[in-house]
Amino acid sequence: MKSGASESLAEECTQEAMATLWHKAHLFDPSRASVSTWVFTIARNKKIDVLRKQQRPEPEDLPWGPEAEPDQADVIVLQEESERLSKALAALPEKQRDLVEKAYFGDMSHSEIATVTGLPLGTIKSRIRLALERLRHEMK
Amino acid sequence: MIKHHLPDEVLMAYSAGNLPEAFNVVVASHVSMSDDSRVRLETYDALGGAVLDTVDAVEMGEGSLEATLAMIDRTAVDAITTEPRTLKPGVFPAPLQSYVGGDLEDVKWRSVGMGVKQAILKTNKSATVRLIYIPSGVAMPDHSHGGMEMTLVLKGAFEDEVDYFARGDVEIADQDVHHTPVAVGSEDCICLSATDARLKFRSLLPRLAQPFLQI
Repeated sequence: MKSGASESLAEECTQEAMATLWHKAHLFDPSRASVSTWVFTIARNKKIDVLRKQQRPEPEDLPWGPEAEPDQADVIVLQEESERLSKALAALPEKQRDLVEKAYFGDMSHSEIATVTGLPLGTIKSRIRLALERLRHEMK
Repeated sequence: MIKHHLPDEVLMAYSAGNLPEAFNVVVASHVSMSDDSRVRLETYDALGGAVLDTVDAVEMGEGSLEATLAMIDRTAVDAITTEPRTLKPGVFPAPLQSYVGGDLEDVKWRSVGMGVKQAILKTNKSATVRLIYIPSGVAMPDHSHGGMEMTLVLKGAFEDEVDYFARGDVEIADQDVHHTPVAVGSEDCICLSATDARLKFRSLLPRLAQPFLQI
């Protein structure tokens, strides 16, 4: 939706992503990723699939494979971390947060962001870097 | 021991889905071999999820829910079972094996002279990815690339003006880097190399200088 695709394509993409989430719900492992991360990866893959008509090669699964029963302690740690990350992201100065958002959902390279926002490329790169440094600091 | 991992900017672009398919093959192969890059990639996926949570909701069209529900009913459940991404262990990591249709012995090489061979993998046209076979002691033939070049070592090692690269290491060079990789060591060297002559990709990763985030 945020990637500048036409409305009908974006709708199709979203619907397909929702259908995939529905069908793959049983594969979700809360000790390995938060719900947001999982939704993000599925939506992203669908976007690549529908808009770019290309495959997305994924890294090999780690040898120990999915565990039968997720460890509750891992689940809680992961939930806490993703809440902290969301809070840290929300607390970013608006200019920095906006550029991080564009880097993910604008479907744009840094120089394309420069054209759209009218900001110099160097400013964009340093703002994104500042944002990421701030997030890293918050997560320590 | 992998020394040369992928820079954060590349991992972020892979996570966001902004790289051409050819480069994704190299990134997925490298991440399969590098725990360091895998951890950082997972961080970027988590950041993507967090960003997704913060963006404003968008109004969907009329009938969208019905269409989605219909889609859920239509999709046969057996069609979406995930194929295992861990194939038989070999020289190539799983994502590469699926592009080659097998492991090293299944590659259809074409000679390019001096004992050097290459095999171009089938991806969409926005960039090119190829396997390159360089006999030990031989230099990579002169190749020009207008944009970005990302090379992952799969077997053996090579050395250039920048450093020494062995299995799992990845080197990124833009057109300003004039390097002459030479295969070194007892084994012949096999690399996976993605190139993009288009300016678009080059400017996406302008100078892989600043290390980004390592939360």
